[in-house]
Amino acid sequence: MALYCHTLRHDPQNPQWPDRDRFILSKGHAAPAVYAVMAECGYLPVEELITLRKLGSCLEGHLVADSPPGVEMTSGSLGMGLSFSLGQALAARLDGKDYRVYCLLGDGDLNEGQTWEAAMASAHHQVDNLIAIIDYNRIQNDGFSDYSRYEDKSRPQRIAGWVSEEGHTVNIMALQPLEEKWRAFGWQVLETDGHDLSALIETLEKAKGTKGRPTVIIAHTVKGKGVSFMENNPAFHGKAPTPEQAEKALAELA
Amino acid sequence: MTTKAAATREALGPTLVRLRREGLDIVVVDADLGSSTTAREFGKVFPERFFAVGVAEQNMVNVAAGLAATGKTVFISTFAVFAPGRCFDQIRLGIAQPRQNVKLVGSHAGIITGEDGASAHAIDDLSLMLSLPGFRVIVPADVVEAEQAIEVAARTSGPFYVRCVRPKIPVIYDESHEFQLGKAHLTRPGKDVTVMAIGVMVWKALEAAELLAQQGIDCRVLNMASLKPLDVEAVLAAARETGAIVTAEDHLVHGGLASLVAQTLALHQPAPMAFIGMQDQYAVSGRWDQLLEHYGLTAEKIAEAARSVLARKKG
Ligand SMILES: Cc1ncc(C[n+]2csc(CCOP(=O)(O)OP(=O)(O)O)c2C)c(N)n1
Ligand SMILES: [Mg+2]
Repeated sequence: MALYCHTLRHDPQNPQWPDRDRFILSKGHAAPAVYAVMAECGYLPVEELITLRKLGSCLEGHLVADSPPGVEMTSGSLGMGLSFSLGQALAARLDGKDYRVYCLLGDGDLNEGQTWEAAMASAHHQVDNLIAIIDYNRIQNDGFSDYSRYEDKSRPQRIAGWVSEEGHTVNIMALQPLEEKWRAFGWQVLETDGHDLSALIETLEKAKGTKGRPTVIIAHTVKGKGVSFMENNPAFHGKAPTPEQAEKALAELA
Repeated sequence: MTTKAAATREALGPTLVRLRREGLDIVVVDADLGSSTTAREFGKVFPERFFAVGVAEQNMVNVAAGLAATGKTVFISTFAVFAPGRCFDQIRLGIAQPRQNVKLVGSHAGIITGEDGASAHAIDDLSLMLSLPGFRVIVPADVVEAEQAIEVAARTSGPFYVRCVRPKIPVIYDESHEFQLGKAHLTRPGKDVTVMAIGVMVWKALEAAELLAQQGIDCRVLNMASLKPLDVEAVLAAARETGAIVTAEDHLVHGGLASLVAQTLALHQPAPMAFIGMQDQYAVSGRWDQLLEHYGLTAEKIAEAARSVLARKKG
């Protein structure tokens, strides 16, 4: 939202504009959120959102390039987005263009080795027109990525991937110390509250001013923020709410 | 056929728990999809034998190979698009060439994964897995057969690929069914034409055989769950005895069942053939039953194909 409405240089009437900033969603499963913001900006009619995941709709379950026009990259297999973003950042430099590439990564993307290959290569190529944003909610498909998010500390941390009473996997893959990792890979690291729009915009502005190296913004987020029964609850990662839950959620968010 | 329905992936977790209790030296490596593939059921009961490596399929494969090299029976699972798709080189060099005792269960295979779209539809996993010398490749037709196939994989040394699916599909076998490695299962006898099918398409083939019966055509249905090793004898006998062959798979028609059967017949017993499956294209998002309709993976299309090969049959 902050990106599309404030930071990105883009034109919904001209999605192929060669000088547009690029937004790359590496965690392709968040496609519905992207469609919603794109509709808000005028890339597609808001009424079309209801066709999501239905046969014949251009709104696929995971992002598909140019469907609708404005989607830059096909994603859905985690860990590929940062490599693609580096490719675009290198192209901008080659073509003498001043557009920037913004890549949104999830915890899951950071589990994949490819993301770290891309991180290493980006610093190596000194692309300062590349800005990665991490949606650091510490929840993945099966449960909690870190030990830290889980209250019950009765099990030793060395047991990775144990299953909690509630049925969530805990400690799928510890990502800390995250800041040090990215710094060691040669990136400028900024941190912000991912739910504070003005702080996020300010951080993005700071990233844009950086020369000589890529920037990563660690956005601390709470998955399901604003909905009491979804907040920090891995059960809703891949599951749509029931109609009653949806109503309750909308009421809470209003 | 009963009216029960179950996803073949549901067999994984409970079967692994049972086999460990029976004393097999099973360990599981998981790449953040254990809740979806059901492998996590094993982790709940045997946490010290369940290793989460995060969303990192390449790492998962070689970690599994390392565990297997010490003599363990290692199960790994993820969506079939990601393994073999995301880690084919690791599988080839890490598991296939040294013949490690690793069992890969690819769940959510085929376009019947549905709404998640093309990035989640494994339609080339069989091409990849069949290209690996020494790998046994099994495609269970229902949950009963899936449990048996997983047990055979666990009890037989060496690399296995077992292909499972996401949605609940009809349970076609009861406990009297016996999956045998290297054997096709004669699910319906017939003498005019043979449909060879795998996975969800065995159910569709049985429906097609019903349609054909109404038109006086006696259709044999062979479940080719043991894709590799292939039951060459059953394939040749079908060609010899019925003289007309249709294959049906939720996979590209190149590189999977159709290619395997065509190659076998071309060598020994040429016969008119037709191929039901994905025709050199990716599918889109949609409900799985609608996708099967949309891409022609239906009983009607199988029956139509059966009539067309019958028309081409000699004598
Ligand atoms: C290569 C690959 N392996 C597995 C998956 C299945 N998968 C989909 S989402 C997900 C977890 C993603 O976690 P995260 O990136 O933290 O997502 P977020 O919390 O931001 O929604 C997994 C494992 C995938 N999409 N790609
Ligand atoms: Mg997350």
